[in-house]
Amino acid sequence: MSPVANYAEQFAAVAASGSEGPAWLPALRQRAFDRFHALGFPTTRNEDWHFTSVTPIAERRFKAIKPGPSTVTTADLTPWLIDPSWHRLVFVNGRFEPGLSQFAGLPADVHVSTLSDALRERPEWVATHLGSLAAFDEAAFTALNTAFMQDGVVVHVPVEETVELPLHILHVTDAQAAGAAIHPRLLIVADRASAVTLIEQFVELGTSEHLVNAVAEVVVADGARVSHFALQREGSAAYHVATVQATQGRDAAFHSFSFAEGAALSRTNIYTKLTGVNGEARLNGLYVLDGAQHTDHQTFVEHIAEACASRELYKGILDGASHGVFNGKVYVDPEAQKTDGKQTNKALLLSEQARVDTKPQLEIFADDVKCTHGATVGRLDELPLFYLKSRGISAENAKALLTYAFAAEVLETIEIDALRLTLERAVFERFTHTALE
Amino acid sequence: MLKITNLHASAGDKEILKGISLTINAGEVHAIMGPNGSGKSTLAQVIAGHPGYEVTAGSIEYLGQDLLDLEAEERAQAGVFLAFQYPIEIPGVTNAYFLRAAYNELRKARGEAEVDPIEFLDIMEEKLKVVEMDAAMMQRSVNAGFSGGEKKRNEILQMAVLEPKLAVLDETDSGLDIDALRIVAEGVNKLKRPDNATIVVTHYQRLLNYIVPDYVHVLAGGRILTSGGKELALELEAKGYDWLLEPAHA
Repeated sequence: MSPVANYAEQFAAVAASGSEGPAWLPALRQRAFDRFHALGFPTTRNEDWHFTSVTPIAERRFKAIKPGPSTVTTADLTPWLIDPSWHRLVFVNGRFEPGLSQFAGLPADVHVSTLSDALRERPEWVATHLGSLAAFDEAAFTALNTAFMQDGVVVHVPVEETVELPLHILHVTDAQAAGAAIHPRLLIVADRASAVTLIEQFVELGTSEHLVNAVAEVVVADGARVSHFALQREGSAAYHVATVQATQGRDAAFHSFSFAEGAALSRTNIYTKLTGVNGEARLNGLYVLDGAQHTDHQTFVEHIAEACASRELYKGILDGASHGVFNGKVYVDPEAQKTDGKQTNKALLLSEQARVDTKPQLEIFADDVKCTHGATVGRLDELPLFYLKSRGISAENAKALLTYAFAAEVLETIEIDALRLTLERAVFERFTHTALE
Repeated sequence: MLKITNLHASAGDKEILKGISLTINAGEVHAIMGPNGSGKSTLAQVIAGHPGYEVTAGSIEYLGQDLLDLEAEERAQAGVFLAFQYPIEIPGVTNAYFLRAAYNELRKARGEAEVDPIEFLDIMEEKLKVVEMDAAMMQRSVNAGFSGGEKKRNEILQMAVLEPKLAVLDETDSGLDIDALRIVAEGVNKLKRPDNATIVVTHYQRLLNYIVPDYVHVLAGGRILTSGGKELALELEAKGYDWLLEPAHA
């Protein structure tokens, strides 16, 4: 059975099992599946996947699962909670776990629910947004998610409302996920002048071979601010594909941060479209790899409207025989005069075998713009190493400290103290093998 | 304490030090002066183990050990300290962490127990006074965004924490206004003990008004042209270097 046929058989079973949710949903799923069927898995001949072969994902013929009752406890989640006071929605193997979740303290007019609840309670509202941003015409994994999405989170922040505490969406997999494909979905709609922060964290208890294929759609209306953090901390045998697709109105700010340290193979797409004047997009990220890990980031900023600013800083630290890919696309429409775009991508190689491919792509069709990009790939500088060693710090510790310092530059941009500290500690411990006070 | 014999060193194909011999005893302050490009900073960096220079001939004996046989970190652990002419910025690592890491590595090398962050705070409180630095500087990244004067004070702060036996100050006076110069020099003087020695590398005499040397050596073209007492520095200030250089070219 071909990889695509594997999914066709499963999709037939999904379609036959009857319709949960509103009548338009099976039609959406069918359109998406037809598209996936036509596209197949991307190959490295596809320009967007030139440096990343998804053959290992296709070959494994992951199955959709109906997870059984979860045995995960709150104590199991302790290492991942970041700040236990945050609003939290926990999914285990794709299934919502109310017992592990807490989000009762939200403002009354803010809607936060699972996707299945939202489909029941406000199907028309969901219908206008779900799938409106995450186009699947050319995106096989988004099509696959749309066809198979089981559950997820829907967030609607009304006009001028601010959600003070971050909303933490924690996706957990355990041994039950072995061989399974999980397709989480997130829909965020931030109405005019509202503000919300979301942290989507993907973690694993154990190490099983599975696929997480997540899609997030983010509507940032005029004057609204949305911060989205994607923390990919899967086990070392996992496969992970995630797409975050945003659209921004006038004066709207979208801040995204992608942290990737897990999975055998991962691909993260962060796309945003600046459709109103004075919008601001900030896309930052850090990936930390070792062994045979492969991590690919693709960002795409579309400057459609005038006078918008975009800032990107991506850094990667690669050890072992790992492979990192960064592909940063910026498009500036003929109408998008006064665009101010800056993209920086830096990779630090810690071993001879580690490899990085980086490809900035600027397509600029307006003449009055300021757009820069820079990419560096290198090793630790001699002079700072000598400086530390001249103070008595061993060569090994000096390297570890400077490696951490390389990461710290981008982690420092995280404005949420608890999250910044969590990631600083994780990276510090990874390289120095000691705790950061 | 330090015995340099016929030291030759190169950067790439270029020989910079062409046979330096110098003996320094505990309790002494030596000034090394000379025009730009004379090799005085190279000498300072070779003593500290800078990877950019290759010693092609000669020897450096330090407290009975072959200094050139030691890695840079081993030299520091043995009590050698270089105050950099251009201190390196390390964004992302706080001064507090950096200083304690260095302090503990030195303790570890001496077989002593490491100190925890709380104990270290107490130690720092006293050390900060030596260079009149605010405790807030401890939470900033090492030298990142520091002014020229702050960077130099931070070097002397490190010296105060690490308590070297042999301190080499490489152009510590360059870029300092008179107040910063006074603070830095007073810091160095406070750290002076009968059992340690200091090498002050400088282009100008003015630092030597504050840190009074026992010996002055004039370096040019990679060699020591002449040596003398502190009055030699004053003579250089009055007459410049040319009167010494000319015979060297003859």
